[in-house]
Amino acid sequence: MKGSVFFIGACTVVLAGLALTRLGVNEYYFFAGYVVLQFVVLATAWNILGGYAGYVNFGSAGFFAIGVYCSIALTKAFSLPLPLLILASSIAAGLIGLATGYLTLRLRGVFFAIATLALAIVLETLVSNWSYVGGAAGTFVMRPKTVIFFDSYVEFLFIVMLVLAVSSVVIARTIERSRFGRGLRAIRDEEVAAESMGVPTLKLKLLATTLSGALMGAAGAPFSYYVTYVDPPSAFNLSFAVNAVAMPLIGGTATWLGPLIGALLLGSIQQIATVTISSELNLLIVGLTLIIFVIVAPDGLVGAARRISKWVRGN
Amino acid sequence: MFEHQLFLNAVLSGLLLGGFYASVSIGLTISFGQLNIVNIAHPAFVIVGSYAAYTANSGLGLDPIVSGILFMPVFFAGGAVFYRVYHVCFEARGDDPLRGLAFFFGIMFVIEVLLIIAYGVDYRLVEAAYIGETVGYGAITLPLRMVAPFLAALILTFGIQLFLSKTFTGRAIMAVAQDQIAVQLMAINPTYIKQIAFGIAIMTASLAGALLIVIGPVEPSMGRQYIGRVFAIAVLGGMGSIPGTLVAALILGVAESLTATFYGPSWAPAVSFGLLLGALALRPQGLFGR
Repeated sequence: MKGSVFFIGACTVVLAGLALTRLGVNEYYFFAGYVVLQFVVLATAWNILGGYAGYVNFGSAGFFAIGVYCSIALTKAFSLPLPLLILASSIAAGLIGLATGYLTLRLRGVFFAIATLALAIVLETLVSNWSYVGGAAGTFVMRPKTVIFFDSYVEFLFIVMLVLAVSSVVIARTIERSRFGRGLRAIRDEEVAAESMGVPTLKLKLLATTLSGALMGAAGAPFSYYVTYVDPPSAFNLSFAVNAVAMPLIGGTATWLGPLIGALLLGSIQQIATVTISSELNLLIVGLTLIIFVIVAPDGLVGAARRISKWVRGN
Repeated sequence: MFEHQLFLNAVLSGLLLGGFYASVSIGLTISFGQLNIVNIAHPAFVIVGSYAAYTANSGLGLDPIVSGILFMPVFFAGGAVFYRVYHVCFEARGDDPLRGLAFFFGIMFVIEVLLIIAYGVDYRLVEAAYIGETVGYGAITLPLRMVAPFLAALILTFGIQLFLSKTFTGRAIMAVAQDQIAVQLMAINPTYIKQIAFGIAIMTASLAGALLIVIGPVEPSMGRQYIGRVFAIAVLGGMGSIPGTLVAALILGVAESLTATFYGPSWAPAVSFGLLLGALALRPQGLFGR
């Protein structure tokens, strides 16, 4: 796909979303669509480090929650507008990503994975002890009563998340096709060889961790307005971390398309399952799908589709 | 004077807690430290052990620690089968560890959800004669619900260490950790040895889980709090050393107990992360690493 075609496609998606809000569609669809788009951002962000560089982050929920609580704290202190909250949240989450990476990325990849998992738990401890943002009891967040142009606040949030999702996919695709992305792939395939060929591995890994963390933080910033009541277990929910890992692995980690497909597919299935079945069973489905895909289709749906098309052409 | 007693009590209960942590971490020391299998689902297996003990206790009135020991063969067999699956799906294919990690992450999540579906999210507890009793000497009082797990964990730790250093199979496990090719040249099947070792690692989760539910009530997602702890202990203990695991567990137990006593229990989970990050940044080979 050419760059210009892709860019036009990305803009069309945003415009189509805007048009949808004018059509008087049932508000529930925006409510459910927001969650799916939020997973697109998380999965794409995870894939920048996990898919391209091969460093697994199990603490996506932690980075997401940094965004959530950064925006709650700033709302309480200064009541800033949402775009500024998103910006501040992504800076905060990016900095924490940088710090974690700096401490652990020089070691084997496994240690980074464990550290991210522990990080989420410690951040949850800190937030539970921080009474200004509600502590363990949680806090209510008031949505602004009116918002320009849109009929309801949920529609506005939907468009905000749509813009974030499209931007993160654009960022991931840009990285994938740049020198930076090639460096990350070299790290994934053979880090020592990459290092000895002059690839600045630590620098690239830190940059990827920062970017990935920042995008997750951005995804968390509007969360408090979406749910209006936030407590640590909901913001640090392990299902964010599981989905952020499962979606790219199911879609395929090699390209920007994989996490997008994985998130749209798994996200929609979960939205439907939550309504029709129970929410525990729907989490079970996610976990089992992850395990099955990891075993049976290591390249995900995109990889499987490529193999099938190669096989068809071969015949 | 009061501070002094408080301090002494905190250190003693920290040591008891640390002994218990050793029983939770020892399985990970074997699987992660010696077999290089990053089993982040280990704490989830421990919680399965807790629920097995809970079921035996509430249904049959069995003592939780006894039932933890009785369930050990079941856990061993389960672990051995689990390793077979892991070996065929990941080790034998020889591809990146990323997928193995994601696999265990999925397993952890599935175990948690299955426990929630089966038992609900409420806290569960067990009944035994020693729960609620205390032993004391002067100003020092120790609850028996901490002393009993401490003793059981010590016996488990010493038993595993004896097995690894004295028996043929145990030595073969240590050898697989060091040099797999050399083991193969000695006409030992490394996959078979690893299968036994992983079985033992999961077997310890049965007793550790029973001890956990003796110490306090358990709910399905509790395993997550132990991920930071067990990895901190495994890394600090030198990745694969059983005595190292015990010492590291005691250090963590005392550090957490002091933090809980002087700063409040809600801060205790942060201690393990601090220790883990500190260990990774300053001394990744651990206290007893080669």
